[in-house]
Amino acid sequence: MPARRLAWRVATLVEARDETPSARTLVLDVPGWPGHLAGQHVDVRLTAPDGYSTQRSYSIASAPDGERVELTVQRVPGGEVSPYLTEVFSVGDPVEIRGPVGGWFVWRATDPAPVLLVAGGSGIVPLMAMVRTRAATRSRVPFRLVYSIRTPQDGFYAEELRRRVRDDGGLDVTYVHTRSGPGPVGRLGVATLNTHGWPPDFAPAGFVCGPTGFVETVSDILVALGHDPRRIRTERFGASGG
Amino acid sequence: MDDEFQDGNALAGPLREIFAVELTAATGRCAGCGRVDSVAALRVYAQAPGSVARCPGCDTVLLRLVRGPDRAWLDLRGLVCLEIPLSTVD
Repeated sequence: MPARRLAWRVATLVEARDETPSARTLVLDVPGWPGHLAGQHVDVRLTAPDGYSTQRSYSIASAPDGERVELTVQRVPGGEVSPYLTEVFSVGDPVEIRGPVGGWFVWRATDPAPVLLVAGGSGIVPLMAMVRTRAATRSRVPFRLVYSIRTPQDGFYAEELRRRVRDDGGLDVTYVHTRSGPGPVGRLGVATLNTHGWPPDFAPAGFVCGPTGFVETVSDILVALGHDPRRIRTERFGASGG
Repeated sequence: MDDEFQDGNALAGPLREIFAVELTAATGRCAGCGRVDSVAALRVYAQAPGSVARCPGCDTVLLRLVRGPDRAWLDLRGLVCLEIPLSTVD
């Protein structure tokens, strides 16, 4: 990507979809969008009439598609930005964004290694961009996604993931339910990652995204199972205030 | 479990505002313990007036970034060296 100064752009909301009762996908039109890699994110800035402004970082959910960019925002109760984006922000409204940014937690379709994606809650968002980019580029690289959520109602993109498992070929999805589910309930552990991940011998590229504690636990398990720590890329969202 | 920190991925925007290249994919060596990590993998504490990035191994402060209205302050004293991947196609 050619080097250019990072500038704020004015994006417009063209469509919104509820993913769960507390998460919403925003489809933005961003004039001059330079394209992005799966896993990159944007900074979103809100400015109040009195000039106070605040910004948050959101992962891009969509595969590159011209000047359309999709974000999925989880509402954080009491947050400064996410309640506005999920409850107030309406089709036709402008918002300032800059990006894409990030060059480490990214998957490139030219990488032939099998991929293990491990998501905790809304950590699915950048991993979904990878799943969608794989399909958009007709990549044959085998993907396995392990997705930990509290209950089945908390899963993002449920219908699309079902369809992609059926149609994309080479994509496996395993759900882990931590509060209630069909099937067993419990935290993601060694057995699940051993069964539904890749053997370390396959030298997979690992992408782990979720809350800080989740990411620490999963990366420790993967290393204990024999995976090369340098092949495991992580993205944590801490207490950033939403 | 300590959820009080994020990681260096969160510095991508603020650093890209200053530098012409993507710095979170750069690797840095900790001046405290010698460990080598990607900037993206550092522990970032953003509760301070700026962002403080610490070594995941020994907690040494590697980078501090404070953004004011019309300038930024960047303190890199905890890093011995940054190795920055540069694209050969640009």
